[in-house]
Amino acid sequence: MTPVIGLGHFLTVAAILFTIGVFGIFLNRKNVIIILMSVELILLAVNINFVAFSAHLGDLVGQVFALLILTVAAAEAAIGLAILVIFFRNRGSIAVDDVNMMKG
Amino acid sequence: MVLPYIFFYLFSAIVIASALMVIASRNPVHSVLFLILAFVNAAGIFMLAGAEFLALILIVVYVGAVAVLFLFVVMMLDVDFAEFRSGMLQYMPIGALIGIVLLLELLLVAGTAYLAPEGAGSGVLPIAGGIENTRALGQILYTRYIYLFQACGLVLLVAMIGAIVLTLRHKPGVKRQDIAKQVARGKSGLEIVKVESGKGL
Repeated sequence: MTPVIGLGHFLTVAAILFTIGVFGIFLNRKNVIIILMSVELILLAVNINFVAFSAHLGDLVGQVFALLILTVAAAEAAIGLAILVIFFRNRGSIAVDDVNMMKG
Repeated sequence: MVLPYIFFYLFSAIVIASALMVIASRNPVHSVLFLILAFVNAAGIFMLAGAEFLALILIVVYVGAVAVLFLFVVMMLDVDFAEFRSGMLQYMPIGALIGIVLLLELLLVAGTAYLAPEGAGSGVLPIAGGIENTRALGQILYTRYIYLFQACGLVLLVAMIGAIVLTLRHKPGVKRQDIAKQVARGKSGLEIVKVESGKGL
């Protein structure tokens, strides 16, 4: 199955999405929830790249790898939000400036 | 042949616009909802690339699980989100600089990425013509990549146990069911009472 749409289109969309994700991390330095969402956007951009190359090269391994990235992203979101919940319980806020107190 | 392009640009425009709204929105609940919109449209892009299984998995996993998890946490934490926006302009110049440099680099890579077909390497698993995407993916996922698949399950198991261990807490004074205590209890505390019909105890 050959894709009608060229590889460059997919890569451009993924590049813009990746940049938005990185930019979001810088823009919302204080809000951990938005930072976690930005990480999800970055992983989505990586997944688009994998799927686009998989379709372009006719190689199914890219889709297998994208599946693995999806798994890791879901696990990361769950753990990150769990850490956020107990951090909020201990501190009463989710300000990232205070996170270095977790060093103990 | 123009229809796929129309849909591709539609999906891409919505993905990028909603990704911008995710990072720029004032209300985190709106951010989560725009994240859902971005993922649904990314599933459309996956569908156009011929990866039907991944597209549907993206909807199931992200819209069904991860986004709801985010929404749950955002609503559960009682945080004044307005104060977070105060220092935003402070990070704007350095963030914009890094973003622009990164975007230029990535677009340069994307512009020169039309690979030669012979550069694909020897480990290629060709996508067969007559077989649908889900079946093809299953055929290699359960045979050649079975160990990776198992490792994936292990990652999810560790994440699940980790999340439960992190967030579970026992408050003093809350009554819980203690099954061992219940099972070990004898008949000493019981009394069998014959109740006549039509009368209470």
